[in-house]
Parts: sequence; C-alpha cells; structure tokens
Amino acid sequence: MFKIVKREEMSQGTVVLNEIEAPLIAKKAKPGQFVILKANETGERIPLTMAYTDPEKGIIAVIYQVVGKSTALFKTLKVGEGYQDVIGPLGKPTHVENIGKVVCVGGGTGVAVMHPITRAMKQAGNHVIAIIGARTKDLLILEDFMRAASHELHVCTDDGSYGRHGFVTHALKDILDKEKIDQVVAIGPVPMMKFVSKLTQEYNVPTLVSLNPIMVDGTGMCGGCRVSVGGKTQFACVDGPEFDGHKVDFDELMRRLQAYCEEEKMCHNEFCMLEESWHK
Amino acid sequence: MAEGTSPKEKKEKKNRVRMPEQDPQVRARNFLEVPTGYTPEMAKEEAARCLQCKNPGCVDGCPVGIDIPGFIKLAKEGDFTQSIRNVWTQNSLPAICGRVCPQETQCEGKCILAKKGEPVAIGNLERFVADWERAHGSGALPPKAAPTGKRVAVVGAGPAGLTVAGDLIQKGHEVTVFEAFHKPGGVLLYGIPEFRLPKEIVAQEVNFLERLGVKVQCNAVVGRTVTLDELFEEGYQAIFLGLGAGLPKFMNIPGENLIGVLSANEYLTRANLMKAYLFPKVDTPIPRGKDVVVLGGGNVAMDSARTALRLGADRVRLVYRRSRDEMPARAAEAHHAEEEGIEFFLLTNPTRYIGNEKGRLTGMECIKMELGEPDASGRRRPVPVKGSEFELSCDLCIVAVGTGANPLLTSSTPDLKINKWGYIEADSKDGKTFKKGVWAGGDIVTGSATVILAMGAGRTAANSIHDYLMRGW
Repeated sequence: MFKIVKREEMSQGTVVLNEIEAPLIAKKAKPGQFVILKANETGERIPLTMAYTDPEKGIIAVIYQVVGKSTALFKTLKVGEGYQDVIGPLGKPTHVENIGKVVCVGGGTGVAVMHPITRAMKQAGNHVIAIIGARTKDLLILEDFMRAASHELHVCTDDGSYGRHGFVTHALKDILDKEKIDQVVAIGPVPMMKFVSKLTQEYNVPTLVSLNPIMVDGTGMCGGCRVSVGGKTQFACVDGPEFDGHKVDFDELMRRLQAYCEEEKMCHNEFCMLEESWHK
Repeated sequence: MAEGTSPKEKKEKKNRVRMPEQDPQVRARNFLEVPTGYTPEMAKEEAARCLQCKNPGCVDGCPVGIDIPGFIKLAKEGDFTQSIRNVWTQNSLPAICGRVCPQETQCEGKCILAKKGEPVAIGNLERFVADWERAHGSGALPPKAAPTGKRVAVVGAGPAGLTVAGDLIQKGHEVTVFEAFHKPGGVLLYGIPEFRLPKEIVAQEVNFLERLGVKVQCNAVVGRTVTLDELFEEGYQAIFLGLGAGLPKFMNIPGENLIGVLSANEYLTRANLMKAYLFPKVDTPIPRGKDVVVLGGGNVAMDSARTALRLGADRVRLVYRRSRDEMPARAAEAHHAEEEGIEFFLLTNPTRYIGNEKGRLTGMECIKMELGEPDASGRRRPVPVKGSEFELSCDLCIVAVGTGANPLLTSSTPDLKINKWGYIEADSKDGKTFKKGVWAGGDIVTGSATVILAMGAGRTAANSIHDYLMRGW
C-alpha cells in the first residue's frame, strides 16, 4: 500500500490534495511527469500529473478534482489509508531551459501541475509570468504557491469574484500585446488549452500544453491515449504528456474524452447512492 | 507388412479422448473456461494411447524439451503426483502451457500417431496433471539447490520472465521479478482471456514461484522507476529482460481515432487485467459493442472477437486480409470462434473508418483482396482487388493486427543494442545482449510469438545466466 501522509480539501471540497509515500517515484520524478493511481482491488487506473515531490521524505503529491466514480473513491481515502497501487514516474518531463520570458498559464486543477513547471522555469533563469484562473474565487487553488514560483502573477475568475474578471486568455492577450514572450506553457481544461494555443499562434509564440486523455497502462501499451499532433498519432503517455499546442487536434481530444461518459454516469450514480445509504 | 491389420495398428487407431467442453451457445455468453478438463479416468485412457517411442518426436517438438513419454507413462499408471513433478523439471508453468501452447505445430504435430490418425492429446494431459496437483496435490515443492548468494533481477513477469525466475530460484540464486503492471503475469494476465486461461491459474502458478522464494515487485516500471544500471548498483549481478512486445500496431487509415476503435491490447487489458466485463462491479469500463468488427487473424483477434461476443454483441465479424490457410491463430481457437458464431470475412482489408458527428464509429469501408506471390514470410501476399470496396456497419472495431517493441526501457538504456524494429539484439544461442550482465528473451527479441517460445527463450537465458554467475561472462 502507498500511504497517504497528508490530505487537504480545496475549492469547497471539489479538489483534494494527497501527499503519498512513494520513495522510488519521488526520487525519480521531474516536473511534468505523471503517476497512475489505483485505489483498491476493483479500482480503475487513473493518471494524474504530480503537483510536487519531496525526494528526501519520499513523498509525492497529487491534486485532483472530484469528477467521477474513481476520484470520488479517492476522496474517501483518509490519512493513514492509501492507494493499493501507484505507478511512475511516467511520461516525458517538461523540457526546461533558459529561453527568456515565459508565461505559465494554469486553469482549474491544472494550476497544480503548472506549479512545479513554473518553479523550474524560474530556477532555470527565465523571467516567469504566471496566470491562473478558475470559474469563481472559491475554486481557485495554490495562489500563494504560484506567486512564490513566478516573478509576476495574474489571477482571473470567470465570474469576476476575485482578481481580473474574465478568462486567462484575456490576461494572456494583454501580455502578448505588451511584450515579447518566448514561450507559453498552458495546463488546464481542454477548451482553455485550445484557446490559449489559438491565441499564441496568432502571436507566433511556441506553446506547450499537457494532455490528460483516457489511458489504461500509461506505458505505451494500450494506445487508448492517442492524440493527433500535426496530423500524426501520438501516445500521450510515452510521447507526451506535453505537446506543441499549435499542432494538437483539441476537438478530437475533447470528443475522445467523452468515450465513456455513459458508463461514468452509471458508475458514479451507483457509487453516490451507496455512499448515501452508508450515511443513512 | 500390410497396413492396418496387425493388433498393434488396431490399438493405435483408438480415438483420442475428447476433453468435455461447454456448449457453444452457452459459453458464448459467459467467461467460464471453454474446455472443462479430463477426469482421472479420461486422463489414464488417453495416456494409454501413447506408444512410448524410443526416439520421441514430441520431445523434439517441445521448445522446453519436456519428457513427454515419461510424464504420460506416470499419468497412465495413475501416479499423477510424480507425473507433474516430471513436467516441473522442464516447465514451471504447465497448467498454462497445457492450455495455450499451439500443440498441433509442436509436440502433437510430431507425434507418431498423427501420421495415421489423431496424436496423443499431450496438451490436455499436461493440463490435467497440473490441475490435479493444484486440486489434490501435496503442495510439496521440487528440490532447490543450496543458496549461491547471487542475485538476479528479472524484468517483466510474463512467460519468459517467470520461466527464468523459476529456473534460477531452483538453481539456488536469489530472484526478484519487476513488473510494470499492478499484478504479475504479463500477457497471460492482460492478454489471454479468462475463458481460455482462468486468471486464478496464473495467480497460482506465480504463487508456486513465490513459495519457491521468488520475490515479485509490481508497479515497477524499469527504465522509469529504476534503471538497469541502478539495479546493478543495488547488487543484482545479472538481469533478464522479458519485456514482451507491448506496443499496439494500428492500420494507419483515416478515422482510426474515432471513439469505438480500440487496439486489442487496450480492449483485452480492460477485459482481462481490469476485469471490466464485471463493470459496474469494478470501476474500469469497456465498450460493449452490438455490431463488432475485429481486424486480424491471430490468436489475439480470436480472443478479442470471442470477448466481444461474451460482452453482449449481436454480431461479431472478423476481417482478415489473407485466406483461412494463412491465419496464424491456433487451430482450436479459430474452430472455437466459428462454433460460437463469429463470422469470418477473409481476403478483406479495411480502407477507412466511418464515424458520426460525435466522433463515434458507425462503420468502415473495406476492400476485397486476392492472393499474389509469396512474401518474405513465405505466405502469399494479399493484393487489393480494384474497385471492390464495400461498407460494413459496426459500432466497435478492435484492431488486432500485431504488436511491436515498446521503446520505454530501450530508449532509456542506450547501451542496449536494438534492431531497426526496436527489438533487443540478443544472441539466439544464450540470450546475451550487447550490455554486460544483461540477457533478453521472448517477444522483445523475436517480435510477437507464443507463450511457449518465450518460455523456451527464458530457459536458454536462465542456463546462460547460471553459467555466468558460477563461472563469468
């Protein structure tokens, strides 16, 4: 078992942080890489990009949004309990080098994945501007961490309840209009990454996105995570998870993410009913 | 001598004892094993058909050289306990091999009885003695050599790796098997379906190795979680790579990323390893197609087609570009598939997938093929018949057209030499790679083949590793 040593709820309980004992993975993991977690014997293998690691303590951290049956099950795990299986580190690490001015855009729980990359970009000597966004103030995560990891931080909320009123793309556009940016990294919901990539293409700024399609093994074996990049099929688990945002077919990715929506509904509803009956 | 007149000849003609099977109509809707196994009487009767040849062809036909007449003789006498122990000396995984080996091209193909009639059912007998031991045996382990103090790392808990582990633990070495998945078994677990190889049997065969002292470490992606050089630093003196050929091949035709097109690797891994056929009792879903097309003509294609049927398909069609004679599937599998109602579309190749506005598969376009000149594999090359395109409807397509080498480990280990297809270069006589202290065998060297060939390669490598540990490279 991979024990949970710290657990925190954020965004009104819709987002959960787990620090997990996984010394071998903690020793190896680099920003941008992911792990696969499986809660118990009947559980599903769920890929999550790591938020941070502590190699000395042998700890990795994941931050996930509760969206379906499996993440709802993850949420029930308490400190001292744990995951039956944690596999990693998987995927290629983010390519980090000193290239000048970098904008790191994080949306929703994507901010968690963006954080170690932002920090690495800053450590590599880049001037790092971070933009983070959420639907509303209460859903915003890791603001302080992102402020510390960057040189300047812009916060946006879709409903204007905090920071700038509007999408992260609005804040990004202002920056692109104002100064020359050498690289954009965008991690968040697929539509956000799509529109960030569309925008940066107009300004001809290289843009990295991190994709999280449906996958089973995470080692290149099943091909479930295939994405079209520049017209070629790539496996997100081994060829990614980061790709050139200007070449990714986001519409196909969005459709493929819907592959099991009926099954998910069925499974999740059943799980919620079970939980309710326990509470009764 | 006149043929067919001597009493001996008459004895030879005695028919093979059939292994009882579930009725095709019933089994096509369940995941229980198809053949249900011999009774002890049936086993003794079948064993009595063996002529106990002095120069047995069957042993030559076996990639691991099991003493086939020897174990069959013991079975005939009803001494199943010694019979299985005889098999164990050459094969640590008999319950598996008895079920999945292509016996018709190996041991049984070389049986003298096959010349005039049906060969001895060697596979069925191997299966029987292994199953009998599991159900009734003493559980007593085979003898083990004194500890040598040498440590071996085996990468991949599939048939090749498990064979190496079984051989080397019995020779007195310490063995740890590293497996990337959360459970050991490799293709035996994720690839071969429950109805052909119950997972309980794989678990018990692995448990047998663990009782012998083999350590199994799951969730260890060698190349990522730990590298080969780190394993050497940790004190392992030899490493065997039995990585398998786990990279799915696709057709590379338009529409392949539509929802409803899956690699057989993904489909079978969901069904077998993740037990998605029990969804929603387990959390991993699997698409349940009503109108299913499977591409390919090998065992994996048969397994996929038969799984689709069991998951409630109304119709399953197998599309294969060559003719029935060139189908690489084990004869029993193709036969079972047809019995269950799988339709074969031979000499047919898909040209594109067709989808709806939601990006879901609704059909495919195929073209008729005809056989031309033989190609590099010696099989006649299929060539498209111009203008013969036609459409098939389907809501699920499983692509079972082969696998390639997974580059995950080799790309992170530059001093391992690989060939142009990405397979590891290893000496066929001993399994040695170009990296000192590292052996490889099975599909990662040969490309996709059979369980028993992987085991044969494991046996060869294990002997060489033992030699190295005791005497040097």
